[in-house]
Amino acid sequence: MRINKILVASIAIAISNPTLAADDIELLRQQLSHLKQDYEQRIHALEERLKKAETNAEQANTKAAQVEKKVEQTETPRAASNAQNSFNPAISLILDGRYASFNNEPGDYELPGFALGNEASLGEEGMSLGHTELTASANVDNQFYGQATLAIHEHEGSTEVELEEAFIQTLGLGNGLTLKAGRFFSAMGYLNEQHEHAWDFADAPLIYRGLFGNQLRDDGLQISYIAPTDTFLQLGAEALRGSRFPAGGEQSGVGSWTIFANVGGDIGIEHSWLLGLSHWQADDIEGRTSSGGHSHVDHDHGEDDHGDEVVEIPSFTGKSKISALDLVYKWSPNGNPKNRNLKLQFEYFDRREDGTISLLNSDPLEVTSYDGHQKGWYTQAVYQFMPQWRTGLRYDQLDSDNSGAEMDLLGEAGLDNEGHTPKRYSAMLEWIPSEFSRIRLQFNRDKSYEESDNQIFLQYTHSLGSHGAHQY
Amino acid sequence: MLHQWNKLVVFALFFAWFNLAHAEMRVLACEPEWSALAKSLGGEHLTIYTATTNQQDPHHIQARPSLIAKARRADLLICTGAELEIGWLPLLLRKSGNGNIQPGQSGHFMATDYVTLLEKPTVLDRSEGDIHSAGNPHIHLDPDRILQVATHLSRTLIKLDPSNQSDYQQKLTSFTQVWQNKISEWNKQVQSIKGKPIVVHHNSWVYFQRWSGLNQVATLELKPGIPPTTSHLSQLLSNLQQTPALMIIYARYQDSKAAHWLSQKTGIPVVALDFSPGLDETMVQWFDRLINQILETTT
Repeated sequence: MRINKILVASIAIAISNPTLAADDIELLRQQLSHLKQDYEQRIHALEERLKKAETNAEQANTKAAQVEKKVEQTETPRAASNAQNSFNPAISLILDGRYASFNNEPGDYELPGFALGNEASLGEEGMSLGHTELTASANVDNQFYGQATLAIHEHEGSTEVELEEAFIQTLGLGNGLTLKAGRFFSAMGYLNEQHEHAWDFADAPLIYRGLFGNQLRDDGLQISYIAPTDTFLQLGAEALRGSRFPAGGEQSGVGSWTIFANVGGDIGIEHSWLLGLSHWQADDIEGRTSSGGHSHVDHDHGEDDHGDEVVEIPSFTGKSKISALDLVYKWSPNGNPKNRNLKLQFEYFDRREDGTISLLNSDPLEVTSYDGHQKGWYTQAVYQFMPQWRTGLRYDQLDSDNSGAEMDLLGEAGLDNEGHTPKRYSAMLEWIPSEFSRIRLQFNRDKSYEESDNQIFLQYTHSLGSHGAHQY
Repeated sequence: MLHQWNKLVVFALFFAWFNLAHAEMRVLACEPEWSALAKSLGGEHLTIYTATTNQQDPHHIQARPSLIAKARRADLLICTGAELEIGWLPLLLRKSGNGNIQPGQSGHFMATDYVTLLEKPTVLDRSEGDIHSAGNPHIHLDPDRILQVATHLSRTLIKLDPSNQSDYQQKLTSFTQVWQNKISEWNKQVQSIKGKPIVVHHNSWVYFQRWSGLNQVATLELKPGIPPTTSHLSQLLSNLQQTPALMIIYARYQDSKAAHWLSQKTGIPVVALDFSPGLDETMVQWFDRLINQILETTT
């Protein structure tokens, strides 16, 4: 606009004043350059504003992107499902089946010097199911944890359901104290607290079979204290009903009790260890029955008035105490057990009993005094040499020194060791496709009694459902 | 028996006193990333013990006696959560006899509770491998999510130790500042590899991929948690020969055989990364190292 005006003006001047003086031209020049400067400044300002607008838009965009990101990573935690079953306990089901082959008749099995409990047999020959375990567990509330395990198994042709464990346990007592009440596996020894499916071999160590009928569990109360030290130190005690093998009899109070202490720690990052001492005692056992010298059938039976078979059953009354030592050592490269790891395990048990043995159903009732001393140990090494594959060796040895007024009778009760030292060698190989499945091949050279037996197991142990945490 | 109980009580009292005398907050961190973060946010107010090293697979730790002893004394437990530690942490909690770190308490801090998780499976079936029902737990490889966790962790520290509130707040501010600057720096660094295809051992890098823009084209494990099978590897080999990837990544604690075999056959570079900070390493140092390692492999 202004340029036009000036142009018009200058043209007008030029026309009206054809003879322009040199000064006038100079003036015009000055005016023009002034104008030019003025316009350059304006364009510059406009450019600046444009630039500003552009950066603003850019910033707005990044901000929008950030907000978008924030929305994606919403501050609120995972959407909680309001379905009723979201509070269901963790449920896991263990499926266990096996094929077993024995050279000797499994019914002939005996462990000279040890009175065997009911579950202490070798199990079925051929194909059979082991323990099918159903476990439900959860935090009850902020104070308690609860767990129950049902074990379903076949016993002499009929399916039995057994309440293996059912307990509650405190969570928040603090100061390292934990109370447990109900039915649970005793903290005696190392292996005892672990469920059968967590064992490294298809069968229990001989000493567990001989003393506990595989595992010691009872109804009662357990208290455990963990000291606030860098080295793991646990002290505990259990008050138990004492009606179950290897105790027995109707108990109205504390029929048996245990005390235990565990110490453990790490050596560097690759090694860890656990040492345990424990003691179990039942002062007033009344009529603890066992299956006698041979696991199921007693050779010395008569017939009663009605012509039915009468089986003489050994029964113990008196006092019994067991002391145990266990040691576990584990190694893995860099402390990372996923790919390779080694586990060494040793346990020693010593039992002393004092009382009487009688043969139920004998006529007249045969009774003898009894002073028993049984001990045994096993040691095993299990090596996972590559992911999914483990192999292991185990050696068992027992010894006993039982005496009584009538040695014949002790012999009938299976408590005479017949000068034999029971031993067993075992080797196993496992394939573990995932944390939830395991296939195991195991060979035993079993010298439990005079006639050595070769035993082969092919076993699967699979778990469905929730991911259980395994004990050390 | 009675005598033993007396001893026990004296013992307990002694240690109760000992605990009171110790003013610092005891922290048990399940993984090194959380102990590094806690160190930045709590500094001298915390005594931190880390349950695992970056050489260990946090899925497969045993509930060792030493860990129970640490859990017994902890005032604060910092873990990843989302079932990463499901094979061992529940046992530590149950055996610890420590009410402060049980679920629901302030001393029970699960990092994945404070961020959104990727890869929440729609079908929960173990034939899919060892999947986590809550989603992929390896969130510490996303710098943005780390910032979210840091904010909440700082709040937890203040809740448990209000007397040092201003100090915790200051530490959070300076951490946030440094971390944000670093994020933009890292962002520039990873521009060159955005969209590039990579092969990983285990599906543990999703958050990193998401953040960095790397494109995961295959995993060596056919299913999470199941070691690579030969058939799957040979399938991968032929795929990669046709369309090569930028690199093969595995965490140092994982079995390296499959990754190296594939690298040899295809000529694709392989890199072993530390999945977590090393001993005494800060989050910044570790992430710097991680990114540099990846960038070095590509050049």
